[in-house]
Amino acid sequence: MRGLIVGGLVMRGILSAAFAAGLAALPLHAFPQTANLQNAMQPAGVQAEKILDLGYLTFIICTLVFIAILAAFFYAIKRAPRADESTAAEVSFLRETEPGSKRAVLLAVAISTLLLLVLLVADVFTGRALSQMPLSDGIHIELTSHRWWWEARYTADPPSRMFTTANELHIPVGKPVVISLKSSDVIHSFWVPNLHGKKDMIPGRTATITLRADKPGVYRGQCAEFCGYQHAKMALLVIAEPQEQYDAWAEQQRRPAAAPTTASAIAGQKLFLGTTCVSCHTVRGTSAQATLGPDLTHFASRRTIAAGTLPNSREHLAAWIRDPQKFKLMANMPSSPLSGDQLQAVVHYLETLK
Amino acid sequence: MSVPVTERVVYDGTPEGTVELAGTWRDPPGLMGSLSAINHKTIGRRFIVTTMGFFAAGGILAALMRLQLMRPENDLIGMDLYNQLFSMHGTTMMFLFAVPVMQAVAIYLVPLMIGARTVAFPRMNAFAYWIFLFGGLMIYGAFFLNTGPDAGWFGYAPLTESEYSPGKRIDFWAQMITFTEVSALLEAIVIITTIFKLRAPGMTLNRMPLYVWAMLVTSFMVLFAMPAVMLASTGLITDRLVNTHFYRSGEGGDPVLWQHLFWFFGHPEVYLIFIPGLGFLSAIIETFSRRPIFGYPAMVLALIATAFLAFGLWVHHMFTANLPELGKTFFTAASLLIAIPTAIQIFCWIATLWKGRLNFRTPLLFVLAFFFILLMGGLTGLMLASVSLDLQVHDTYFVVAHLHYVLLGGAVFPLFGAIYYWFPKYTGRLMDERLGQWNFWLFFIGFNVAFFPMHLLGLYGMPRRVYTYPADMGWGTMNLISTLGAVLIAISMLLFLINVVRSWHKGTSAANDPWGGGTLEWSIASPPPAHNFDVIPVVHARYPLWEALKTPDHVVGLAANHREQLITSVIDAQPDYRGSFPDPSIWPFISAVAVSILFIGSIYTPWAVVWASIPVSIALIAWFWPRKKETEEDLAVEKSP
Repeated sequence: MRGLIVGGLVMRGILSAAFAAGLAALPLHAFPQTANLQNAMQPAGVQAEKILDLGYLTFIICTLVFIAILAAFFYAIKRAPRADESTAAEVSFLRETEPGSKRAVLLAVAISTLLLLVLLVADVFTGRALSQMPLSDGIHIELTSHRWWWEARYTADPPSRMFTTANELHIPVGKPVVISLKSSDVIHSFWVPNLHGKKDMIPGRTATITLRADKPGVYRGQCAEFCGYQHAKMALLVIAEPQEQYDAWAEQQRRPAAAPTTASAIAGQKLFLGTTCVSCHTVRGTSAQATLGPDLTHFASRRTIAAGTLPNSREHLAAWIRDPQKFKLMANMPSSPLSGDQLQAVVHYLETLK
Repeated sequence: MSVPVTERVVYDGTPEGTVELAGTWRDPPGLMGSLSAINHKTIGRRFIVTTMGFFAAGGILAALMRLQLMRPENDLIGMDLYNQLFSMHGTTMMFLFAVPVMQAVAIYLVPLMIGARTVAFPRMNAFAYWIFLFGGLMIYGAFFLNTGPDAGWFGYAPLTESEYSPGKRIDFWAQMITFTEVSALLEAIVIITTIFKLRAPGMTLNRMPLYVWAMLVTSFMVLFAMPAVMLASTGLITDRLVNTHFYRSGEGGDPVLWQHLFWFFGHPEVYLIFIPGLGFLSAIIETFSRRPIFGYPAMVLALIATAFLAFGLWVHHMFTANLPELGKTFFTAASLLIAIPTAIQIFCWIATLWKGRLNFRTPLLFVLAFFFILLMGGLTGLMLASVSLDLQVHDTYFVVAHLHYVLLGGAVFPLFGAIYYWFPKYTGRLMDERLGQWNFWLFFIGFNVAFFPMHLLGLYGMPRRVYTYPADMGWGTMNLISTLGAVLIAISMLLFLINVVRSWHKGTSAANDPWGGGTLEWSIASPPPAHNFDVIPVVHARYPLWEALKTPDHVVGLAANHREQLITSVIDAQPDYRGSFPDPSIWPFISAVAVSILFIGSIYTPWAVVWASIPVSIALIAWFWPRKKETEEDLAVEKSP
């Protein structure tokens, strides 16, 4: 077993080096460093890493085949004498067997078949490895996709320790995470490339994806199945953090919202609870209990607004509440009729929802 | 043809006889005449021009998308229009260009290559063209009225159900499928029957040009693949129109059913676009390497193997759906396996070139592009065939890169090569070589600049079908490069258009056989006369023009004043009988109009199916009603052997 792991590591080193060499041959330096928070080439979890290893292996085999065939093709073109349309066609080939060409073609087909078999075996073993991640003492999340946001329920035993949040998952580093995937409307697809490949969320079916983050960090995911108008603005963040930080976050999320203390925030809460906000949103600990939109109980602890559409800052929040359609046309949230002062008060209130 | 034929006149080889023969097969003049036209060259030419028109339209949509994605958070094109653009682009290229253009070229070319005067069922052929044209015009009409489809060319339910896509956008799209599939199925029947029954005597299956083999295989694939999508789209139409529940999970339907039906058509579709391209390549390679193709039997078997395997790998479009893992491995194996027949053909072509003598003209350049581009597309296809890898790259720009490498490398570059190759046969004039070289290199370089970066974009996390992306994702530069590549492609297409128009009017005149080809179409005038062959040749070899003549070298005894075609046996092409072929008729056109009214009406009300079937029935009865004149003619020619 150890030998296998060491062998795997050595293999990975060789593959990475070869891949890097392959990429270096391409004019990649022309491209700037891309952000790494949504990148299948920067695995931060065991699943993504295994897939990438298979990717390296496939890339190398394919590159070698590509070079070999093109070399044969160009050599054939180079060595063949030139002719024009008046040159008599060489029909004697119809009566010859061309044993040399036959051998070469058969050999090439045999090698191709062998390489394809290698790829098949490598794929089966990768698939096996992906499904064999140990799941003991993992956390469970029920993720439901909506047009165009994500609702996350952290299930727990006893049920009183369950909590709901939206558009941002926190997970403990090094712990397996089992996510059940559901859709409330059309087909979406859950995809956080740094951690794992994607899994579709199909209405009427529940799928499960298991992943593990091995490096702390912020990873971005995005809906990967076209789901209508704002498919482009349906992102989520996965924040992988050490166990203690995760525990603290989860503990905080379980609490109901703290009552506002400043005058402006109190006024904001009154406005929030007295207007149309409550017909869609929940703030636990208040009378707002609707579930059409994201749970806002700890909204201020999140980094983005509207599934990654805007950063969660005071100005963006105010602008968003004033006219969500400006940033995310066709989103369910209507424009707000609030005056400037009222808007500020609501923003102050939402900022208390840590 | 206005004078009824009372006596059969056998073609005698005199110039007057040839004039009479051409008159017999010519389409009638005037507007009515052009609507009644059934000559396969007329229909084929219209069909090719129409599909190339849709290709241009689809290309313009793509260029608009590239402008929108040129930089992050661009607000040039709104979300709603962008979603329509990519849906229309995919729909246009797959349903209105790639499949029909291959059938269109075949309608023109196959009879010339097999020594026939016509296609089988020439009126049905005309009907299929009109139906295709009306379906294409309908979807573009809807698009210009802001009713274009906006749920992708793949139209996944339940997004396409009325709850999530109210209005008529999806209905027009689903009905467009009905139009194009009716057309494609009819054309498949025309092509299969033509190839099986109208070959010149002596052209056994073993002597058939590889391009004709490719079209035969393709047409059989159409017969088996298209019904799946017609079933799927009809289910969608009834879900939307009369509240059935095929794809509604809440009511006992299943969205995954749509995916199975759609991809059972959708994956073979890739191959029925690609296989005609392989046929073009074989035709071009043998002519320009001045020798027969190496490994003819292997090539034919590879085509047939591809066709069978193509029906066994549709699930690789659904690896991310929640399906049993063990089953997926089967589809991985099948997806890898289909690389082998393509590899066999590639190796045989290399062996052909290796021992050939090369005439390096523009058509051969496009073959070179195939080797580079299709090969890369095929190899990235191996990555998509793997379940685990597909989980990462599925529905990302990696797939966009892959599919364009496969479809342009495997079909569009060969198609352009084919156009350069057969243009002199169609028009009697050669295309300009210099413009051709510019066209080729700009297209080749532009293509790679546009699509290569998309591989990396996909790996760097960019999903497909997004109208915008945030600046801090770092995708901006590569998208900009890609857009610049698209500009190069657009310029190359413009050069192509200029080349076609200029060469058509004042290109160098082409002789019968400007490239020294070996197949039958090069034995007749360029452009061919209405009747194609003055005398139907008797075929003794796979390359009749390259080998010494043998006797008998032609068929005698066919009428000059009546549409007669020699019918031969399926395998050995032994003469069977003289078949009488129908005259031009306006009724295929009128029937197509009536059927279009039924199809479009049923977008709005199910009762259209009932009431519009009355004009459809009338038109079809009029079409098939035996005319007195025709009956008398048939009896007259029947009496005198």
